[in-house]
Amino acid sequence: MSDQSIQAPHTVSRVPRTPAANEEAYLEVSDLQVQFPTADGLVRAVQGLSYSVPLRRTLAIVGESGSGKSVSSMAVMGLHDRRVARIAGSIKVGGREIVNMSDKELEGYRGGDAAMIFQDPQSSLHPYFTIGDQIMESYRAHNNVSKRKAKDRAIDMLGRVGIPNPRRRVDQYPHEFSGGMRQRAMIAMALVNDPKLLIADEPTTALDVTVQAQILDLISDLQRDFGSAVVFITHDLGVVAEIADDILVMYAGTAIEHGPVNKILGEPLHPYAWGLLESIPALTGEPQPLHPIPGSPPSLLAVPTGCPFHPRCEFKDRVGGDLCTTLKPDLIPRTGDLGRTSRCHLKEPDKVFETEVLPRLP
Amino acid sequence: MTATTTAKSGVRSVPGAPLLELENVKMHFKTKGDGFFARGTKWVQAVDGVDLTISPGETVGLVGESGCGKSTTARLVTRLLEPTGGQIRYQGVDIAHMNERQLRPYRREIQLIFQDPYSSLNPRHTVGTIVGTALRTHDMVPKSGELKRVQELLEVVGLNPEHYNRYPHEFSGGQRQRIGIARALAARPKIIVADEPVSALDVSIQAQVMNLLESLRKELGIAFVFIAHDLGVVRHFCDRIAVMYLGRVVEEGPRDSLYEKPQHPYTQALLSAVPDIGVVRGVPPKNRIRLVGDVPSPVDPPSGCRFRTRCWKAQDICATEDPALIERAPAQRVACHFAEPPAESILAETA
Repeated sequence: MSDQSIQAPHTVSRVPRTPAANEEAYLEVSDLQVQFPTADGLVRAVQGLSYSVPLRRTLAIVGESGSGKSVSSMAVMGLHDRRVARIAGSIKVGGREIVNMSDKELEGYRGGDAAMIFQDPQSSLHPYFTIGDQIMESYRAHNNVSKRKAKDRAIDMLGRVGIPNPRRRVDQYPHEFSGGMRQRAMIAMALVNDPKLLIADEPTTALDVTVQAQILDLISDLQRDFGSAVVFITHDLGVVAEIADDILVMYAGTAIEHGPVNKILGEPLHPYAWGLLESIPALTGEPQPLHPIPGSPPSLLAVPTGCPFHPRCEFKDRVGGDLCTTLKPDLIPRTGDLGRTSRCHLKEPDKVFETEVLPRLP
Repeated sequence: MTATTTAKSGVRSVPGAPLLELENVKMHFKTKGDGFFARGTKWVQAVDGVDLTISPGETVGLVGESGCGKSTTARLVTRLLEPTGGQIRYQGVDIAHMNERQLRPYRREIQLIFQDPYSSLNPRHTVGTIVGTALRTHDMVPKSGELKRVQELLEVVGLNPEHYNRYPHEFSGGQRQRIGIARALAARPKIIVADEPVSALDVSIQAQVMNLLESLRKELGIAFVFIAHDLGVVRHFCDRIAVMYLGRVVEEGPRDSLYEKPQHPYTQALLSAVPDIGVVRGVPPKNRIRLVGDVPSPVDPPSGCRFRTRCWKAQDICATEDPALIERAPAQRVACHFAEPPAESILAETA
């Protein structure tokens, strides 16, 4: 490589997202409730959640631990044990109702029409089977094909998710893969049956930042090729900004803000979303003191009455009477923009954001 | 060098020496080979020649990806590990190979905060015992004053002082991290090594703990070695930042020059990979440098520059000659044969 000149770095730049088209929803969740009866009382993990995702679009569900983001997505995959969880409401995937679907039907649905990528690729791959076996198992469960054909498909998928030398890699075990490679293998396994719905539950949280960037690129590219609807669960607002079209912010089991990503991250209308933005240190400019949300998220055994966020909200004094503590606000459009909704009693939230919150953002 | 001993603490010091100085520190772990008679024994070069200086009250950030040796460095600074090479000088006195008895006074002055607030507190001990043990071990207060001091410390970290009788499981993650901080403060340290202290916490709680650490640093003048993988968090907290890759420091410098004019290709790629919320605030998407492949194994690191296998600037010289960490801009040291600042800022300018 002596006469090789300095190469340009491998760079990527993402295309700006297109505005929402009025497409038909592929995934439609309406008034979903998930509850777990426990010895200490009833855990209200998800309360009255509604959202929809059309094909070719990505919805990011954002929230802190215990906000119900994973529990609701597991319900969409039909992964809750019905002896433990009480599920009410409706989840429609491609017109089919998932709530109360029989176990037999669920088996055909999971991994077929809908697939999921988990946070920890280490524990979601079986250490005793080769990567190829695990991808083939998923493929053959849904397609009546020979082993040889399934293996070809596995090799093809590994190649598509960017694993070098897939013909050799297909016979290796998970421990022979690095963390980023394992996550790629998981994605290959999830996509082997061309699912129309992909749920990614914190798929990059366990990864290093340079690998995370690779995986986010990969998920974007694959979504474009496969045209699936993607639900992306994360707590990282930076990741959301890069990958999502729409965003749903959850707090204590309820959606508190929903709309296009540039609106919700650019000019959010809910005090909780303001607090999140004020908690993230900036990468440029003089570091400002952070302005965190006081207190901690409530226990789902005893969700506060009225607005679940009111014990931590610094704006509740602005709302007349005891509205915040007694009446749970509806998730409705609060400004002229009908494409976005938020759940708060505060008057003129857009003005409050502009005059009071925006100047102190880090 | 004549070291003088402070009578009370038993800590020796050389006048004029920096608070803490790491010089060519190495930590190689032995791994068992497959061969007979320990043939094929290999060494994991977790830390391989790290230089770092910390002045009183200064905060130095260590960033890098998993396996780069930042946590091992934390364990070396706190002398939980004995280095296999190099010197660790505390106020000019080498503590790298001291035994447990000699180390005792230094243990008091260099404290550690852990990442996981769940596993770093003994579930069978009350908060009072956890913080009190630190006081007793280092004879910080007479026994009669112990409870009062514990309550003072709990108040300093923002916990209710009446909760000294509670057990760790009765607290949330953020509160447990505060207990860990109170325990570190009990010894009145001069340096706190914080290993990913906010990584396990939710965003809103993370900001609370960061503000607490910030106020402690300002009020008590404690120096920090702050380890994190979140580049935003590190930038917020640290005056000076060192970027590590595969057991080495590849670039080190003041906060602003490192983030605005990074010179090492790895630093540039790292900053470029951080997902930035700025893209939705009307900042146009920028070109991102993407690294290909994975970090090589520290058992058998590449010859010469360790980053060369993933570097787009790599030439022949990179494979044969190990670049030294040299000053390329005021106070900014870079270990690269082709170091230069990027043509345009990597980070999006927020309007």
